[in-house]
Amino acid sequence: MEPMQRALGDFLRALRANDVRVSPAEAIDAHRAAAEVGFSNRELLKDALCVTLAKSAEEVDRFDVCFDTFFARPATAGKPPPPPEDRLEAPDGAPRLAEQLLAGDQAALTEAMEAAAARVGAGDIRLTTQRNLLTRRMLDEMGLRDLESMIQALRAAGGPRDGALAEALSERRTALFAQGAAFMERQSQLYASETGRRMRDAILAQQRLTAVEPEDFKAMESLVRRMAKRLATRYARKRHKAHEGKLDVRKTIRRSMGHGGIPFDIVWKTETLHKPKIAVMCDVSRSVAAAAQFLLLFLYSLNEVVERLDAFAFSDRLVSVNDVLDAEKVDEAITLVLARVGFRPTDYGRSLADFMDAQGAKLDRRTTVIILGDGRSNFADPRLDLMRAISERARSVIWLNPEPETYWGQGDSKMDAYSRFCTVAKTCNTLSQLERIIEDVLRTYMSH
Amino acid sequence: MTLPAASPAASHPALASVDAIIAGLAGVGYIASRRIATALFMATHLQKPVLVEGVAGVGKTELALCAAALLGLPLIRLQCYEGLDESKALYEWKYGKQLLYTQILKDHMGAQLTGAPDMDTAMERLHGTGDLFFSEPFLEPRPLLNALREPGGAVLLIDEIDKSDEAFEAFLLEMLSAFQVSIPEIGVIKATTPPVVFLTSNNVRDLGDALKRRCLHLHIPLPDQSLEERIVASRVPGIEASLRSELVRFVQALRTLDLRKLPSISETVDWARALILLHASALDGDLVRETLNVLLKFEADIVAVEPRIGELLSHGA
Repeated sequence: MEPMQRALGDFLRALRANDVRVSPAEAIDAHRAAAEVGFSNRELLKDALCVTLAKSAEEVDRFDVCFDTFFARPATAGKPPPPPEDRLEAPDGAPRLAEQLLAGDQAALTEAMEAAAARVGAGDIRLTTQRNLLTRRMLDEMGLRDLESMIQALRAAGGPRDGALAEALSERRTALFAQGAAFMERQSQLYASETGRRMRDAILAQQRLTAVEPEDFKAMESLVRRMAKRLATRYARKRHKAHEGKLDVRKTIRRSMGHGGIPFDIVWKTETLHKPKIAVMCDVSRSVAAAAQFLLLFLYSLNEVVERLDAFAFSDRLVSVNDVLDAEKVDEAITLVLARVGFRPTDYGRSLADFMDAQGAKLDRRTTVIILGDGRSNFADPRLDLMRAISERARSVIWLNPEPETYWGQGDSKMDAYSRFCTVAKTCNTLSQLERIIEDVLRTYMSH
Repeated sequence: MTLPAASPAASHPALASVDAIIAGLAGVGYIASRRIATALFMATHLQKPVLVEGVAGVGKTELALCAAALLGLPLIRLQCYEGLDESKALYEWKYGKQLLYTQILKDHMGAQLTGAPDMDTAMERLHGTGDLFFSEPFLEPRPLLNALREPGGAVLLIDEIDKSDEAFEAFLLEMLSAFQVSIPEIGVIKATTPPVVFLTSNNVRDLGDALKRRCLHLHIPLPDQSLEERIVASRVPGIEASLRSELVRFVQALRTLDLRKLPSISETVDWARALILLHASALDGDLVRETLNVLLKFEADIVAVEPRIGELLSHGA
């Protein structure tokens, strides 16, 4: 049982590295589950561990892959040694590794490799780039140096039998290299995958939205989704707080009149919940083209999270995009919105006028207006009067600008003028900034 | 750490092994994959609740119903919704009854207290009777308490836990890990026989880690061709084998499309029943078109699929 339990411990570590969260309590459960079903039936063990450890559909997938990789020992592991006629006899005093190679004893080699890997700490591999170094160290640990000096000595000796032996050894050494590299590859798959992914996510979150490579778009998308979901959970919690009631003494006494003053009917105070309203205007014009995709991506996620969201996109004119965001999947929605109004020269004045036409009557003290854009209006009339009207009517106006503050007011930017009418005007050009600001919005301007 | 003993339900012959569970569930009309059966096996042997996830109509609730039938235990069901709290899930004081009794006893109280020489003695006598109103006769048990008090054990189904609030989820934790609840006025009520607990979730919101950690997790995916055929055969016994495999193949092909709501097992079964009612013996374009609304529940999906019916039918064949 002892070695199997250690193997299970290693497996739990591999699971953690593959982004299946395993808490100590779950580790105990896993050991109990394994004790319950035993180690002999692999499918049963897999299912039993899976129901104990994987906690979501994605984790189930990752678990399955990880289990198969982990318990797929090389096919050579259980192989019986080859028949005596295929073996080459090692000279006396040859290192152990040379003996095993010459004997072609794959099972013993695999065992030696696993032991050497444990000694050099192959399980602690964190980055895939460590593979080569660790492979080398592992092979050294197996006695590669002695083997190499032996090959050299044989070649130097020059006899025909020595030469043949040296050739055979060198050939098998090459095979051993390949085997070692494959072994370490598996280790890195098991233990190093998560660190790489985490680092990439952290970098992406800090990346300027305008500089994201197309191949990172998918990763970015899932990052945005996770952010939106996190915000949604917090937002839901906030909302719930307002539900709690206290005894409404006045109404209770009033109702008890009918029962001769005995309060059969108790009335609880309920707070009427003013659900916040958000109106978002998203700039998708040429000047913010690079960031527009992400602004829309976020708008899309926000639309899934917030119940009452009026979403608009604009460049020279402003249109409502609620229908698209509701009906389409994220990729198509973004493409459709961009096709409708995207990549044209901006006209903030007209877009604000359109916004007032569409939304003006609905703006009230419960509405938060969020504007995503760079405030560059191509020298057209910025219609600051409309901006003033919006800021007077709405609860708050938040402007998120992908440009740094030093550019505001430079060239055709009217941002410095607009920012006067905003409750908050901030630079926002990375995902983590976006998340922080939106969270501030949800916290500060929406809790009632 | 002391490990709780396997629940008494675990000694049930139908739970002896995973294969026994598969056979037993099949006997009550539920075709289980190995993983589903393993989950039930682990749940009863490790005494942990099972959190069942999967899209609507994939057989989450049905699993609990069939497990109850298999074990011969009563099924107690708690349907979750937003705003569900412990007074509806666990217990409530019968407030009206308490009040009524105090009114009735008021005069009687007076009589009993008349003999008291001073206030202290009167209070003393009152203390003796005061707790009466917060005792079991005035307790209105709700599903969770009922499940704990069931002497022979029960199958407790907490349906659509994701619809409840986070506060309720936190409240469930004590119940799920120790199979006990604390009622301030009475004390801790512990289950005589721990119930077998199923929680189902449609993933409306992410559940808390604390809850997930206390549960075994079972994700039921949409089934593959052969499993689904066996399910249809078990649920709709009257159907011919050729039609069965044809219709399952069509549904499987349908699931490869990009639809808003993919048809799940319950839709397949409904469709099979509908086809039997129509005395169909084979699928053809018109028949599928007329009955497509059994499989697809959104107009947009139906519109998207209709022109491709022929292609899907031939793809399956």
